[in-house]
Amino acid sequence: MRRTALSALWSHWRRHPFQLLTLILGLALATALWSGVQAINAEARASYAAASEAVGGTRPVLVREGGDIPQETYIALRRAGWQVTPIVEGWLTSEAGRVRLVGIDPLTAPPDIAAAGTVLEGEIGDFFTPPGQLIASETTAERLAEMDLPPVITAEGIAPSLAFADIGIAQGLLGMEGQITRLIVLDTQPLTTPPLSDIAPKLTRRDSGGQADLARLTDSFHLNLTAFGLLSFAVGLFIVHGAIALAFEQRRPVFRTLRALGLPARDLTLLLITELLAFALVAGALGVALGYLIAAALLPDVAATLRGLYGAPVEGALAFRPAWWAAGFAIAVAGTAAASAGALWKIARLPVLAPARPRAWAMASQATLWAQLAAAGALGALSLAAILFGSGLVAGFVMLGALLLAAALLLPAVLSGALALASRGAKGVLAQWFWADTRQQLPGLSLALMALLLALAANIGVGTMVSSFRLTFTGWLDQRLASELYVTAETNEEAERMVAFLEPLADAILPIWNVEAEILGAPAEIFGVADHATYRDHWPLLSALPGVWDSVAAGEAVLVNEQLARRERLSPGDRLMLPGGALTVGAVYSDYGNPLAQVLVGVDELVRRFPEVERLGYGLRLAPDRLDAVRTALVDDFGLPPDKMIDQQAIKAFSMQVFDRTFTVTGALNVLTLAVAGFAILTSLLTLAAMRLPQLAPAWALGLTRGRLARLELMRALMLAALTMVLAVPVGLVLAWVLLAVINVEAFGWRLPMHLFPRDWAVLGVLALLAAGLASLWPAVKLARVPPSQLLKVFSNER
Amino acid sequence: MSDKGLKRLSLWTMRKGQRRSAGVRDSAAPGGRVGAARPIGRAGTLLRWTVFLLVACVSTANSQGFAGLGTTVSDDFAVPQRNTPFTFPEDHGPHPAYRIEWWYVTATLTGADGRDYGIQWTLFRSALRPETGPGWEDPQVWMGHAGLTTPDAHFVAERFARGGVGQAGVTAEPFNAYIDEWRMEGPSLSDVQLTAQGSDFAYDLQLSTDKPFVPQGDEGYSVKSGGGQASYYYSQPFYEVTGTLTLPSGPVEVTGNAWLDREWSSQPLSDTQTGWDWFSLVFDSGERLMGFRLRDTAGPDYTAATWITPEGDPTPFPDGAFAAEPLGETAVAGRNVPTRWRVQLPERDLDVTVEALYPSSWMETAFPYWEGPVSFTGSHTGRGYLEMTGYE
Repeated sequence: MRRTALSALWSHWRRHPFQLLTLILGLALATALWSGVQAINAEARASYAAASEAVGGTRPVLVREGGDIPQETYIALRRAGWQVTPIVEGWLTSEAGRVRLVGIDPLTAPPDIAAAGTVLEGEIGDFFTPPGQLIASETTAERLAEMDLPPVITAEGIAPSLAFADIGIAQGLLGMEGQITRLIVLDTQPLTTPPLSDIAPKLTRRDSGGQADLARLTDSFHLNLTAFGLLSFAVGLFIVHGAIALAFEQRRPVFRTLRALGLPARDLTLLLITELLAFALVAGALGVALGYLIAAALLPDVAATLRGLYGAPVEGALAFRPAWWAAGFAIAVAGTAAASAGALWKIARLPVLAPARPRAWAMASQATLWAQLAAAGALGALSLAAILFGSGLVAGFVMLGALLLAAALLLPAVLSGALALASRGAKGVLAQWFWADTRQQLPGLSLALMALLLALAANIGVGTMVSSFRLTFTGWLDQRLASELYVTAETNEEAERMVAFLEPLADAILPIWNVEAEILGAPAEIFGVADHATYRDHWPLLSALPGVWDSVAAGEAVLVNEQLARRERLSPGDRLMLPGGALTVGAVYSDYGNPLAQVLVGVDELVRRFPEVERLGYGLRLAPDRLDAVRTALVDDFGLPPDKMIDQQAIKAFSMQVFDRTFTVTGALNVLTLAVAGFAILTSLLTLAAMRLPQLAPAWALGLTRGRLARLELMRALMLAALTMVLAVPVGLVLAWVLLAVINVEAFGWRLPMHLFPRDWAVLGVLALLAAGLASLWPAVKLARVPPSQLLKVFSNER
Repeated sequence: MSDKGLKRLSLWTMRKGQRRSAGVRDSAAPGGRVGAARPIGRAGTLLRWTVFLLVACVSTANSQGFAGLGTTVSDDFAVPQRNTPFTFPEDHGPHPAYRIEWWYVTATLTGADGRDYGIQWTLFRSALRPETGPGWEDPQVWMGHAGLTTPDAHFVAERFARGGVGQAGVTAEPFNAYIDEWRMEGPSLSDVQLTAQGSDFAYDLQLSTDKPFVPQGDEGYSVKSGGGQASYYYSQPFYEVTGTLTLPSGPVEVTGNAWLDREWSSQPLSDTQTGWDWFSLVFDSGERLMGFRLRDTAGPDYTAATWITPEGDPTPFPDGAFAAEPLGETAVAGRNVPTRWRVQLPERDLDVTVEALYPSSWMETAFPYWEGPVSFTGSHTGRGYLEMTGYE
């Protein structure tokens, strides 16, 4: 019996292969977007973990605030019994990109430091003694091959963008002879060691030296991606819901017959569940494979973004990770369950003698509208509550989610109202029929239109955010990069000579000296600024005390970046504890793109607090027409390597490039979401087309040609899309505002002014109409070509 | 095997303890002829044992046959020569032109609590090349071992260091041998403070003597096999010791005797010599005896001994005069190690039974071996130290 029933159920799909395709494809698309995003996230996180492991993992470290550790201090600690191993770290830079070079001492390093094992497989003498060796992954090795470096040994399992060398070799390559970046405290310590303060009072112990910071910093980025993935999945589910609902509706006669023949309701439900489960698994497999392709295509950009924005080491290559395969299948099954729950519920309770005539899909029900309105209201309230009382990134996303859902639920009511309004003004029978018929169809189309609304709103919101950011960022770069040329010396001694050399050539020579330190328990940068008009005129301050530059020059006040100010709730006038004593916060400045807290102090104050600060970097103020002359003089007469200077334009170009790459992925996901929404409209219209024949037949019989009817159908779809677009604009703007004023602040620590870009909306509107038009074209053409006999059958048939 | 293989193998062994415990095969040596079937611990131990570098030299020697041994030492390392008298204090310091060298102290102690104790303190030097260099470029590598044995426990610690940066080294005068915080330091090598610690033990001892240093073998030229491999070797077996041991149960004041061995060489042992049993015995009557047995799979074991009078006059004995025969074994670290011995030197009417104070005195270091205090009875009585390598 069950076999017969199964074959009867299956016959439906054989007769409607396109419907089957829709169902599978919709589910696969939804799964693909979701699992693709997950794959990217997993890959990036794995990279962070590998990088963190590679340099000592979670062991405590000793660092010296504001500088490197002299090698003598390391020896003094060892000679006092402290079991520590030295790490020297820096960047190797070339055209091919940056590689983090980590110098280790394989004799004292713990065995798990990734390279140590590799090192010792090789010939230790070659590793120790000049020219030494570098150890890196194959991809990194390719990048290193471009540079003039010791031989590179490739090894498996080394974190991306990372190279190991012996500490002595690394010190030489990095120009850090006698310097150590940090000391890793080993697990086993001897019975007694003197306190750190007795041996090395300038060192501080930190609990973790790894890249945990990196994970924290990039969390927001990954949360953003996840949110996008979830949104895409939600949109995809609309498609699945539509397809399942249609299939169940069309099979009502079959269900009734099966039940009448004696198949228990329970068995029928089970059979249907089995059928759906099979679909979900097939679609899941497709989706995961598709997701892999999406992830592989997007990952290079994501990797570039993470490297550019956070310096996070992520390779552009995707590894196979079973975890997200499984997650992909799970989400496909869960999605199917969510989309089909309602339909199954109805089947389970279907009375044996239910009428064979399909219920109207689509009786415009006032009650449903009211229920949707109520739900929208509740979600709106939740959204409002989240923004008023919540804090943090999660609250921000709750707010976003609630807002979007509320808007989606509101859509049918708003459209219905608009259509009612329009029909009141309609003149003539045809126009009245058109509006009334459109309203009648609304419930059937509303899910697809909701998907479109979400896609459009997301597009507008994210687009507004990115464009606002770009505009602000460009202006800010212009202010911030006031010096015409930036130069770096190799040593303090060379720097002194360079300053003397430049004295007659430049209008001003502004030191750019900084130290890395810990402020209020978090890593931060402290910069010294000269007392110069360049800063007074150009530095982008958000709020300031009067005469702030004078008090900074006098060493009484500091400037803090927005990130630090927001995190620690600082405003001008507050006191800020710094290494070496507290100072007054004189002003807050914007500092986009910097993940770290930053403080500016007067350059004299910096030197007083950190006498050993490296005095290597300078910004030069020049008349723009003398830029080339000074460059040439520096290279030819002073002998500064050309890679030690960079002009303003080059930095700006680089910054903008990083910026644009950052949002490539966002743009790609936007397009994908819109495509999914278009597909949802197509499936909904196809669903309706079959069912609407009885409704159209009378209009045809009254004299409307099939072509006319088809054009009306097309127009209807376009009009609904246009209405949805109009509604999407305010929703998108609210979304943009939340992204700029809530999410960005929480995620990155800066707030951006919002700019409006109506031209983008117009473009998007055209795109939406195009998507809707394309989606309705096929059903319309089908209608135009439907054989009159089929229309006639409507009157002769049972229905 | 090439010398490259040698370095690879030996340093690998030295660092990666976990590989070794399974009986490090020469997995790092391509071709694997070297000791393909031979665990490293037996791969050929020079003198008191093998440490890092020499291990794989064996194979070089083997491929050339015994006769050419002296000339097969590669890399221009210096080779010990007969009739080279020691000059002190210079020879207390390092000899970087030789491949391997050590400062090796063992002490038999008695606590204020009446119990017997023993300690070991060793600093090894190993050269990747026969030279020194500035800073991290220095091809000299250092390794420290410390052991403390009680009648019912054995404590071990080890340290590694690069030369050239000040983490480890030796100066002859005033004498200072150090790695990390471990030190053997004093105005001269006849009067030194000896300290070391691990995570669960420590000792701080004062060693002094007015007796002369005692050359081993032929005026300090100590032959290790019938093939002629040799080292420079002298001892100071007369230290009197006072100081403190720190145990998990608390500090213990101790007094006793200490014995220093100084040895350096570049030459490998024979391929067929699989391990080493070394005895330093201090008689209640004041004499000292150093004796060792090199176990050989291809022929009779090679033995040598030096009888030292209470005044410090040595009498060396050639191969075959000294005999050591296992009487009982102890299972330790997954192998059986002889911890009861019959030791004989008929020419001096010596026939004693030697027994370990704590039979599981296993040095669980990157390169593991057995080393611990012993006592003996029979024709003579007294205490001493026993070291055994190459038991798998």
